[in-house]
Amino acid sequence: MATEIWLDQLLELIDRDAQVVEVLPADDYGPVHLPGAINLPLRQLDERSVAVLDRTRPIVVYCWDSL
Amino acid sequence: MYDYVPGKVDWLAHNLEVEGERANAPTLGRVMRDDVVRCAPTDPATAVLESIEGSPYPFAVMTSADGTVLGRVPASALEPPSETPVWDVAEPGPKTFRPHHSVETVARQLAEKSLRWAIVTTPEGRLLGVASRADLERAAGS
Repeated sequence: MATEIWLDQLLELIDRDAQVVEVLPADDYGPVHLPGAINLPLRQLDERSVAVLDRTRPIVVYCWDSL
Repeated sequence: MYDYVPGKVDWLAHNLEVEGERANAPTLGRVMRDDVVRCAPTDPATAVLESIEGSPYPFAVMTSADGTVLGRVPASALEPPSETPVWDVAEPGPKTFRPHHSVETVARQLAEKSLRWAIVTTPEGRLLGVASRADLERAAGS
């Protein structure tokens, strides 16, 4: 279960070298995304795709908005 | 694992840096300026009018202590100069915009309402800056 965070906490986590993951489709990620974010579309998440993540560092996922 | 609940739109609406193919697209946040006169509700009209006259804008933005927009104070509403608190003459609850909106969209919305200025805030309502419709139309055309 992920811990819900807001902007202030996100900025703190980025300062702590968090990995930021956009889970929207590539068509949404391509035009604009958070600096340094990687794209792991939700529909394509599986053991192989998440292998790129470093599990020793914080991981933050985001989509378009809270809806 | 953490979930940034408000998501990408929240990041954009705070006018923070982004990457991507359209990262340099003209947005309101790139055109706005942050040198508009800010005043507190209790500031006397004379002092605010003096500040406005020394600025490039015909108005001030009244904010709370944390920067939340409370109202717009046109110079014309401060005449004749008096010690009245600006709260008494401010236009409360002005229309505001988020910085990630495109210059075309904001320019069109301002034109539809015959407005010349956009007041830009974060999603929490904190003042980021202002932009003129003329500057937005220029940016949209460039």
